This record gives sequence, structure tokens and C-alpha cells, in this order.
Amino acid sequence: MTRIKNLAAAPTFYAALAGMILFFSSWYFLTETLTLPRFKNIPDPLSVVTEWSAIHPKYGVSLFTKPYYVDILYSIIRTYAAFAGAVVFGVSLGIVMGWSRILHNYTFPLVEIFRPMPPLSWIPLAVLVLPGIELPVVFVTFIAAFFATVLNTLLGVQSINRDYFLAAKCLGAKPRDILFHVVIPGSLPFIFTGLQIAMGIAWMSIVAGEIIAGQRGLGYYIYEAAALFQYEQVIMYMFTLGFLGYVSSVAIRYVGNLLMAWEEAKRKAR
Amino acid sequence: MNKAANGKIEIVNAGKIYDPAGIHVVAVENCSFNLEAGQFVSVVGPSGCGKSTLLNTIAGFDTITSGEILMDGELLASPEIQTPPGPDRVVVFQGGALFPWKTVSENIIYGPVIQKNMERPEAEKMAISLLNRVGLTKVETKYPSELSSGVQRRVEILRALINQPKIMMLDEPFRALDAVAKSVMHNFLLELFDENPRTMFFITHDLDEAIYLSDLVVVMTTRPAKVKKIIKIDLPRPRRLDVIKTEIYRNIKADLLSIVHEEALKAFKAGEREMA
Amino acid sequence: MSQTSVSAAPPIHPAAVAVKTRGALYQLTERKALPGAISIIGFLIAWQLSITWELPYLSNIPYPKDVWDSLYESVLKSSYWNDWKMSLIRVFVGFTVGQVVGIPLGLAMGASKTIKALCFPVFEMLRPIPPIAWIPLSILFWPTEELSIYFLTFIGAFFVIVLNVMQGVSSIDLSVKRAAISLGASRKDIFFKIMIPGSLPSIVTGMTVGIGVTWNVLIAAEMIAGHGGLGRGTWEAYTNGNLPLILVGMVSIGFAGYITSSLVRVIGEKAMPWRRKF
Repeated sequence: MTRIKNLAAAPTFYAALAGMILFFSSWYFLTETLTLPRFKNIPDPLSVVTEWSAIHPKYGVSLFTKPYYVDILYSIIRTYAAFAGAVVFGVSLGIVMGWSRILHNYTFPLVEIFRPMPPLSWIPLAVLVLPGIELPVVFVTFIAAFFATVLNTLLGVQSINRDYFLAAKCLGAKPRDILFHVVIPGSLPFIFTGLQIAMGIAWMSIVAGEIIAGQRGLGYYIYEAAALFQYEQVIMYMFTLGFLGYVSSVAIRYVGNLLMAWEEAKRKAR
Repeated sequence: MNKAANGKIEIVNAGKIYDPAGIHVVAVENCSFNLEAGQFVSVVGPSGCGKSTLLNTIAGFDTITSGEILMDGELLASPEIQTPPGPDRVVVFQGGALFPWKTVSENIIYGPVIQKNMERPEAEKMAISLLNRVGLTKVETKYPSELSSGVQRRVEILRALINQPKIMMLDEPFRALDAVAKSVMHNFLLELFDENPRTMFFITHDLDEAIYLSDLVVVMTTRPAKVKKIIKIDLPRPRRLDVIKTEIYRNIKADLLSIVHEEALKAFKAGEREMA
Repeated sequence: MSQTSVSAAPPIHPAAVAVKTRGALYQLTERKALPGAISIIGFLIAWQLSITWELPYLSNIPYPKDVWDSLYESVLKSSYWNDWKMSLIRVFVGFTVGQVVGIPLGLAMGASKTIKALCFPVFEMLRPIPPIAWIPLSILFWPTEELSIYFLTFIGAFFVIVLNVMQGVSSIDLSVKRAAISLGASRKDIFFKIMIPGSLPSIVTGMTVGIGVTWNVLIAAEMIAGHGGLGRGTWEAYTNGNLPLILVGMVSIGFAGYITSSLVRVIGEKAMPWRRKF
């Protein structure tokens, strides 16, 4: 409670409030009051909020309807499945590449060839080659998250002070011990930076995947709603996607802080 | 802890050439000296002169290209042979190498636990008693980043000592410390050494530090590193800070200073030549 | 010093091993080019074999040779190069506008607490919205398709650069600022001589990351809403079921992305001579 009170007392709180009010009122002003040529097509914030929170929404979807949550669930499951795959494969490959010079020399050129390809350019191929609807969408999202994870993990392993390896060997560590006690903890900060990025890209890819190839899911309905001129729903789903992306990134940071108590201690000591 | 069993190191005509086919840098040449069991030996010399090559070879991080190094009469390194790093030869690193992701006590018990010499609870008890004996209390659950660099160094030295190494190698361990912390560290190290003398290989730039701590000071030449002079430090042990006021100390210091100065001049001229 | 000349060979330390002599093969492996070539050739062989052996799903992929032929055909067509031109222009416009708007905003938010407090919450509310999700609104709002694609690529670059610049400014060492003040620098001097050069590394990082995001957004936008461009070309190959051409599209997009990000990196190195490696 005191934290909330302190927050409310801080000048930044009022500035933040002012910024928000400014944003929403100018949105309202531009779309409703001024009705400038291009702006008047866009729904104003009030009608978005009304639709979002209506018990009986105009277009059938709101906080109080089941389809809304079904769409959310579809997108979450797809994104998290792809993300989990990227974590497992990306982190392992990154660690192997960072640890073994020889494997690095053999795999890095291939990674470098595939990396500049925007993940979304995989969509047509994935749709044609992979069976079903779910697999292509998840695959494209996986590819997107995978490269960010591999590269950051690799950077993480390379960032570890060489003396830690030597010190561990002096103390009698075998390669297995070095993997679990030096390589993995030492690269965790970079891995989690990579996971944050990967999560962002994953959410972006899921939307594109769902628009192009999907059935259901937030991305799919953003496009469907637009085709039916239900722009309140479009904006509603945009913010929902933003919210989900934000929550995912907070969750990653939380897990990261749990696993890296020493980083927290370092920040405090400073 | 009275397993100071031996730890005699013989360095016989050791030499190291980096990249013999390419740029051919002679780092160490014909270098011979001994570290008797339980002797504190400091090696001083211009920076980049190859002192660390010797230390790294004994530790098993590097190899020599000529000569041999023996420990207790067993061949440790030769051009054909190297001995991978192990807990009988522990290094304390210049920049400090406590694992930042492990607490103080996890760091100290790391060696015995992964070698399966001790059960974890037993090792933890031992770590705390070691810490208490050197006057460090309530730090065992802290992370290294929460400690001053002086305390970090002490913990790192304990982490090495708990393994009962035959030889401990310290590569300019106090370089980054301020004068006060350094002096605390010297007495800390001396107390541990007096209690349980074991072979020490100590690399430093600081002549006072070398004299104050050691039984033997080995002065190395500019690259390629050779032994220029070995000076025996005949100061009584246990040593306390007032030895630096004695006549013997002052003489040794003056002696050492003139030798080192000569080498420094050579290094300086060599540097000028390289720049030209 | 004992003079027991080494007549009898001393025993060897129990843990000792033979010095690893790095053989010719190892040295070749150490050179980066050889393993790189091997892995690429290996990849092509695996690709070829996975089709001949009719591995599940992978057998739908065309042979490398077909892709090569298709690439050869494409290169001779002017429409292919027109796709290149359109995509490059779209990336260039969206990306540049993103930098022009984003860098000053990032600097302002990094330099002034008030501006940050005012703008950052709104910024953080909009930033997590995936740029692709802006497609329908963008099509609705902008009068031409081209403008809406510019806007989408702008969104892709904008949020990345603002965030990077802002963090760059706040990461500037306080002692540098103090040193400047003690040397008599005015607020203006501090902004132009310290804040801007000090945040250059993060500007360059933001640009390198941003160009990647921009391409990603562009490809999706072209597939969904565009006419012409490399993404659209790939999409049309898809609707015609022309698999080799899809792969040609992917390779071209990857190559185009590579060229632009190399360009950004080179510009970054030019802009920061003190970061150059000697």
C-alpha cells in the first residue's frame, strides 16, 4: 500500500498520467471531434473500450464472451509451444557452439546463412511443406525465436571470463562439471536477454502466421475483423496482443531473476 | 591441515617459443630454478617477460617447448608431456576468479565437493570454520559481488587452500588492491603460510611485497625471460611488519632495486627500438 | 642445487598426458573457411538426399538444382529486379523515417526525466503490440498501399531505435558528464558533445536490430497487403504452387537483408572511429 501511495506522490506519476490522458484525448479528438479525412475511419478510444467491456458486444467479442478467451488461448498455446522449442534447441545449440571451437567453425557459417532471412519469409514454404494448419504457424514462430536464442546463448558462452574455466579445472572439475557450473550459469544473463528478444519476435511471427495461414487466434481475427470493417475489434485485439507480449516478457524477467540471484545481488551492491 | 606433503618444484632449462613456424616469439629461455617444498618463492621481472608462462605450465594451462619441470621428482612438463590442471596445483588469478554465481561458501567447497573428497555438509562446516579463523564472519551466504575486493581475494585463497594443494600459485593477486587492503592481505597470507607452510609461487611487480613475503626472490630478465638473479631472503619467520625497518631488509631492497632497475632500462630501450 | 644429472629418466606425474600436437587436419579445421565450406556442402548434400530418400515432408522441397535453375531464370527477368527495387525502397523509407523520428525522441527521453515520464508509459503501452498487428489499421488509415507499407516498416524500426537510444543515453558514465561540467560545458555542450556521441554505440545497435525487424515486417506486409516486392514475389510463387520460386524468393530476401544490415554496420563503424579495432 505504501508503495502505491509513494507512487502517487511522485511527480513522475502525474507526468505519466498526463501522458496517457494526452494520448487518449488526442486520439479521441482526432477521430471524433475533428473528423479529419483519414482519421474519421478509425474508431475512437471510447467506442473501443465500450465494445471491449460490453456484456452484449456489437461484434460478438468482448471481455465477457467466450470466443475472446478462446482466441487468446489459441495464440498463447502456439506461441509458447514454438518458444519452448526455441529454448530447448536454441540454448543447447548455442552452448555447444560456444563451447567447442570446432563445432562452432562447422555450424556458424550455416547459422549465418539462415539468420538474415526474415523468419516470416518462411511462411509460404512452411505452409506448403508441413501438413495441417497448426504446424506451419508454429514452425515459423519457432524459427523466429530460435535464431535469437542461439545467437545470444553463443554470445553468452563467449562472454564468460576464461579464468573461470581454468579455475574450475584447477579445482578438479571435469567437462560435465564445467558445463553445469561454469558454462550454463555464466551464459544465463545473455540467454535471458535472448529469450526476451525471442519472445518479442515470436509474438510478432504468430500474428503474421495466423493472418496468412491460421485458423482462429488473435492474429487471424484481427484480419477477419478488418475485412468485416469491425475496427473496434481490431484495436481491441491489438491491445490484447500487446498485453500478452508484455506479460510474457515480464514473466521471462521474473524467471530470470529467480535463476540469477547473484545478478540481483550485484545490482544491489552497486 | 598438515598435509604440506612436499611440493618441490624443479624447473630445468625450461624454454618456451610461441608460434615457432610463424612470428617465433621466444618467451622463456633456458630458465632454471627450484622451489623447495614449503618455500615461498616470488618471481619478479618486467611485465610480459614470461613469468606467467612458467606459472601456466606448472598449472597445466600451457606447455614448454624445451627443458622440463618436475614436481617431487615426477615429470610434470616437458616438450612431450603436459599435466592437465588439478587440485594439487591451484592458481589464484590476477583478476580474481571466484564464480560470481556461487555464494562464498559454495565457492570454497567447490573443489572438495566435485572431487568427492567431502560430503557437502562437512565441507560447508569446514568452509565456515576456515572463514571464521581468518576473521570473516557472516559472509558465507553472500555472493562475491557483495564483498570488497580484498575480502574476495581472501575467499579465493581459502578456496584454493581447502584442496590442500602441493603448490599454490598466485599471479599478481593483489595488483588491484589499495595499499591498506594490500597490507592486510600480506599479513593474512603470512599467517596462513606460517601455520602451514606449503610451496608458494608468487608473481608480482611489487618489490616490497616480494621481500616481505618470500624466502626466495627470483628476478627475471626482459624477454626472453631468463633467471637474472636469485636472492635469498634471510628474514626470520614469523614475519611481522616491523621487519621492513631492519638493516637486512633495507639492504636486500637496495640490492633488488638496482638489479630490477637495470632490467627495466633494458626493457625500456627494447620498447623504444620496437616503436622506432 | 643437486647435480644429479638426468641419467635415469624421472618418473612421470600420474596425471600427465602427451602434449597435444596439433596435426595438419586440426590446423585446417582451425581455418574458418574450410569447415564453413564443408558444412555448406554437407547441407546441400543433406538437402538433395532428403528428397531422394523421400523423407517425410522434406521430400516436398524441390531439388537444389531446380532452385538454382529457377534463380538463374529469375535473375534474367526485369520483374525480379523490380521486386528488389520496390522492397529496398520500402525498407529504406520506413527505416529512415524511423531513425529520424526515433533518435531524437530516444535522446529526449534519455536526457530529460520529465519527457521520459510523460512519454514512456504510452510508448510502453504501444511497443509490445506486434508491428504486424498494425497492418489492418495501417491499410485503413493511409490513402495508398505504398504509404501503409512505409508506415508498417517505420513501426518496425521505430520502437527498437527509441528504446536503444534511451538506454544508451542513460548508460553514459556519470563521471564523463561531471568532467564536462567541471570543464565548463553548458547544457547544450553536454547534449551535443557527450549525450550524442555517448549514445552512438546504442544508436548503431538499435539500427542493426531495427533493420532486421524492418525486413521481417516488410515481408509480412508485402505478403498480406502489397503489390510487388520480394515478399509479394514469394507469395505469388506460393499461390502458383511454384516451390523453386518460393526458395528463390527466400534466398533473395535473405541476401537483401544481409546487404542492408552490412551497410548499417559499415556506417556504424565509420561513425564511431574510436570503436574501430586496430
